[in-house]
Amino acid sequence: MLGLDQVGKIYPNGVHALEAVSLTVEPGAILAVVGGSGCGKSTLLRLVCGLDQPTEGTIRLDGTLVRAPHARIGIVFQESRLLPWLSVAGNVGFGLRDRPAGERRERVRAALERVGLTEKAGAWPRELSGGQAQRVALARALVPRPDVLLLDEPFSALDAFTRVDLQAHLLDLWADRRPTLVLVTHDVDEAIVLADRIVILSPRPGRVFAEIATELPRPRDRHAAGFDLAKRRVLAALDRSLHRPVVTDADETHASVGAALWW
Amino acid sequence: MTASAHSARAAVGRRGARRFAARGPALGLLLPVALAVVWELAVRLGWSDGRLVPPPSRIAATLLALAQTGELAQHALATVARVAAGFALGVLAGTLIGALTGVSSLARRLVDPTLQGLRAIPSIAWVPLFVLWLGIFEASKVALIAVGVFFPVYLGVLGAILSVDRKIVEVGLVFRLSGPALAWRILLPAALPVYVVSLRAGLGLGWMFVVAAEIMGASEGLGYLLVDGQQLGKPAQIIAAILCFAVLGKLSDTALALATAPLLRWEDAFGARK
Repeated sequence: MLGLDQVGKIYPNGVHALEAVSLTVEPGAILAVVGGSGCGKSTLLRLVCGLDQPTEGTIRLDGTLVRAPHARIGIVFQESRLLPWLSVAGNVGFGLRDRPAGERRERVRAALERVGLTEKAGAWPRELSGGQAQRVALARALVPRPDVLLLDEPFSALDAFTRVDLQAHLLDLWADRRPTLVLVTHDVDEAIVLADRIVILSPRPGRVFAEIATELPRPRDRHAAGFDLAKRRVLAALDRSLHRPVVTDADETHASVGAALWW
Repeated sequence: MTASAHSARAAVGRRGARRFAARGPALGLLLPVALAVVWELAVRLGWSDGRLVPPPSRIAATLLALAQTGELAQHALATVARVAAGFALGVLAGTLIGALTGVSSLARRLVDPTLQGLRAIPSIAWVPLFVLWLGIFEASKVALIAVGVFFPVYLGVLGAILSVDRKIVEVGLVFRLSGPALAWRILLPAALPVYVVSLRAGLGLGWMFVVAAEIMGASEGLGYLLVDGQQLGKPAQIIAAILCFAVLGKLSDTALALATAPLLRWEDAFGARK
């Protein structure tokens, strides 16, 4: 279980990024973190993956304090961040350097097959499309078999078709070993398609503003009434977190879901 | 304009890049070859005696004579050996110290100001000291070349490591690399393209300093041929030695570029396009 207890972060330049954030994520759960810009979503992930340390509070994975990058925690960034001097296979196997060569080769092969890029094993990262690069980044993060996978707006730089593809692909990969997923996104649809639970952060400093459970059956249909309702609830909470007038309230408009026009 | 000129221009337009690449070297040779021919004719026709500026035929004859007696090979070999030794030492020291100061900010704050200070000294100024310390033979010459090679390599490695993309470094950190492993697996490969450029700059300076070292006192080497030619009034020998420097410098630079090219095939750079 991943647990954040009263986590706060003040950067050396005085920016108060996060304040008293407490969260627990059950093993195998998918948590989405959404919020307006400057709400500290990315800071939160950097703290959990150990690239930064909280100035207050603690982060624990099954009771172990996380203060530095951890073998059981993987991350996928917004940019694929592939190492340009390594082949695709070299990138996927990057986290397996302490494994015997035979095992490394086999796990890399299996991972590339799993993300459908077997024929790209020998290619350079510059030869990949954005979607392919991000699939390689996913494979690289999953190959060491992390118990927690953090995703920092992983699909936001992709076109809409590729994004929907990769969201489905991520769920498919997740089903293999069911790691805990923590997904930071500004795409409400993406949060609802993927997550069991959505945390909305309010900005400056980032605090937990609301938590919304999305108990829709999987695979989730973007055109179902329940999906639209969940989206309204998240958007309404987002508006409130930013002190904006709430355009619609999900609970009141329940009956007219199909007819109402959003935005 | 004639029809053939038209079609030639159209062909250039269609396959412009390839045509230009094929004609490029030939075009570049036009000026020096024309000058050589004009000068040769001028001397042959008696417009000049060619005593201080010997015609190409006399330079060629000098080169041939030096080659036949084996002197040319002996002098060239002596010079190449000095450059090789100095380059190796300079690259080794520049790479190690550059990598250390690049990775460790403590080392950088400790060492870099001193090195920047030493860099401000014109390297030739070291010669008297090196001669006192290391004698007048090979060691002082190699040391001078090594100093010349050291600074561009050191600055190249340090600058390249400091400018490695933070996002790429974070990938290494996330996979729990630190210290030498981070340097070896992330920083050095990322710094490689700039490093190769600094090696080539260092090699160029190595050739520059070998001339300085040999002019200041040597009994063999291409630099010795320069001094010998000056003292005995043999301009053809001086130009012959200069030509040898040009050829060796270009050959060594091309060899270095070819040897490092396989390491940089991954580059997604403007200059790396096919």
